[in-house]
Amino acid sequence: MEILFFYLVALVAVVSGFLVIRCQSPVNSALGLVNTFFCLAIFYVMLHAPFMAAIQVMVYAGAIMVLILFVIMLLNLGTEARKSYLHGIVWSGLASLAVLFNVIYFIKRGRVTGAEGDITDFTVQSVGHVELIGKTMFTEFLLPFEIASILLLVAIVGAVVLAKKEV
Amino acid sequence: MLDSYLPIITLIVIALCFSIGSVIFSRLIGEKKPTAIKLSPYECGMPPVGSARERFSIKFYIIAMLFIVFDIEVVFMYPWAVMFKRLGLFGFVEMGVFILILLVGYAYVWKKGALEWE
Repeated sequence: MEILFFYLVALVAVVSGFLVIRCQSPVNSALGLVNTFFCLAIFYVMLHAPFMAAIQVMVYAGAIMVLILFVIMLLNLGTEARKSYLHGIVWSGLASLAVLFNVIYFIKRGRVTGAEGDITDFTVQSVGHVELIGKTMFTEFLLPFEIASILLLVAIVGAVVLAKKEV
Repeated sequence: MLDSYLPIITLIVIALCFSIGSVIFSRLIGEKKPTAIKLSPYECGMPPVGSARERFSIKFYIIAMLFIVFDIEVVFMYPWAVMFKRLGLFGFVEMGVFILILLVGYAYVWKKGALEWE
């Protein structure tokens, strides 16, 4: 049942990913991208990472898509952008296929994951995903967390400097 | 564990069926008597002025940027809120510093008038 559901969501993800690159209108492509993000969120849930799923929806499908849509509307891609681009599709397709076969090869050999760390799947399930993230982030990775706020501060200042006429 | 997501899946399926069903059924059984007035784009009762495919103002961009930044700030607060009682005063101070640094940014944005719609 779960594997069936996985393939269903994977199909939706691949189809919407295809729509992203094949849609004529950039806004339609953006909507396809939203759909792909939602499918990724479902995958995170299936991997027992509900917090990642929540972030995926909040930050990627919410905030970043809003930004992408605004940039599309800022640029106002007219009829020029609506042409379909097919040049170089053979080579890029071959390259993607090569990467895909590489990935399949390594999965079949069972060498995709490294050595197991302290926190196993069992710990995540018994303690709770968000609790583990919270505990690690606010004790062990306290400094990176505070630095993240400085990074966000820089982003705020950068946005104002970029987009404001008179700073 | 995944069974607890069954209500959400049910909700998504119902929402999808309802939205797709509304479109299909209104197309199938709805009456169609199009006139030029009916087919014109609706714009709050007034006749539409030009195309909607205009370039948007940079003002929207800055709102979107600021939205992302403060959205990410809220994301950090979620695991903190879950662990709030166990982290105690230490966690409170940590988050206080985090918020304080971002408050500087907020004050900057406010001071520079980036929140004004000029």
